Amino acid sequence: MHELSLAQSIVDLVEEQRASAAFARVRTIRVIVGQLSSVDPRALEFGFEVVARGTVAEGATLAIDRPPGRAFCTDCEQPVEIATHGDACPICAGHRWKVVGGQELRVVDLEVE
Amino acid sequence: MCGVCGCGGEEKVVVGPAPAHAHGHDHDHAHDHDAGHGHGHGHEHEHGGEAALATPELRRVRVERDIFEKNDRFAEGNRKGFAGTRTLALNLVSSPGAGKTSLLVTTLEKTKGQYAVAVIEGDQQTSLDAQRIQATGAPALQINTGKMCHLDASMVADAVGQLGAPERGVLFIENVGNLVCPAGFDLGEAAKVVLVSVTEGEDKPLKYPDMFRAAGLVLVTKVDLLPHLDFDIGALVANIRRVNSAADVLRVSSRTGDGMGAWYAWLDARRRELEAAP
Repeated sequence: MHELSLAQSIVDLVEEQRASAAFARVRTIRVIVGQLSSVDPRALEFGFEVVARGTVAEGATLAIDRPPGRAFCTDCEQPVEIATHGDACPICAGHRWKVVGGQELRVVDLEVE
Repeated sequence: MCGVCGCGGEEKVVVGPAPAHAHGHDHDHAHDHDAGHGHGHGHEHEHGGEAALATPELRRVRVERDIFEKNDRFAEGNRKGFAGTRTLALNLVSSPGAGKTSLLVTTLEKTKGQYAVAVIEGDQQTSLDAQRIQATGAPALQINTGKMCHLDASMVADAVGQLGAPERGVLFIENVGNLVCPAGFDLGEAAKVVLVSVTEGEDKPLKYPDMFRAAGLVLVTKVDLLPHLDFDIGALVANIRRVNSAADVLRVSSRTGDGMGAWYAWLDARRRELEAAP
């Protein structure tokens, strides 16, 4: 449940934003959680609900965008899409590929009032 | 209000992502209502930029920050510190009971006096592991993570501040026994060493691919038990290769010493690499 500490990081980032932008309430927090990021979105939502209590982020919704895992197969020298780290290359069925995307874990923006 | 997308509520607000990310989407789904009637509907959102906000008091604040940012900042600080003292920092991870502490105790006893060492022990509770390490004469510090399931880079920075980084030696960081959570947290280590014991399943690398993918070295532990088990070590190695074609794989037994020479040689080779680094 490392999502709990990541949820805490999200709340910290939201609190930091208040220094430069005054707002009373956060309605939505848009986050990118890549499919290869080792983060379970439901656990993140659950953890967020818990750690947001009593903060400016309380009651906010996490809008989670999940970009797919992208890799470059070093055998067929082509970009491919993968769902997990154990996947075979969809073209050559090999396992020699390098991750090039889908590991993102980022807060994009806030919808505040 | 629909729990899937927020449509249908009275506070219906059409908001768009930041301009750099403008896109539209449409979807169809059905709603069931308590009143006993059901219906399906579809609708489309047009996403524009900030100007598209329907309610004036709602606005968007751009953040664009990495959620691991704070951890990574500490990890980078640790890494710089380790480079300065030529310390080989290793992050040992495994499921609970794979033999991390036993491996360390044997390693510290057998390599005693060859180079400086220090050990950081991560556990939710107790300082039992640090006591086992200290009994070998090596400096060790226990971090109790409480409810946390992993060590993070700031905890390691604190511990290194207290213990000191062993100059031209090895800092072993024994993470909390957990094959999931520590995978994402960079501690500033030179490599993650993943232990998997032969009393676990051959399919562990496939079940926990994130961790095995992050490994620089996989140690297959407790190999002295193989004669008593129906364990296909070849299948385990093949599964490791499926998620990580680059990691070194060594078979060891802390109890009998089988294969430990190759592990000590691996440590020496990594230390020499650091010595030779500019």
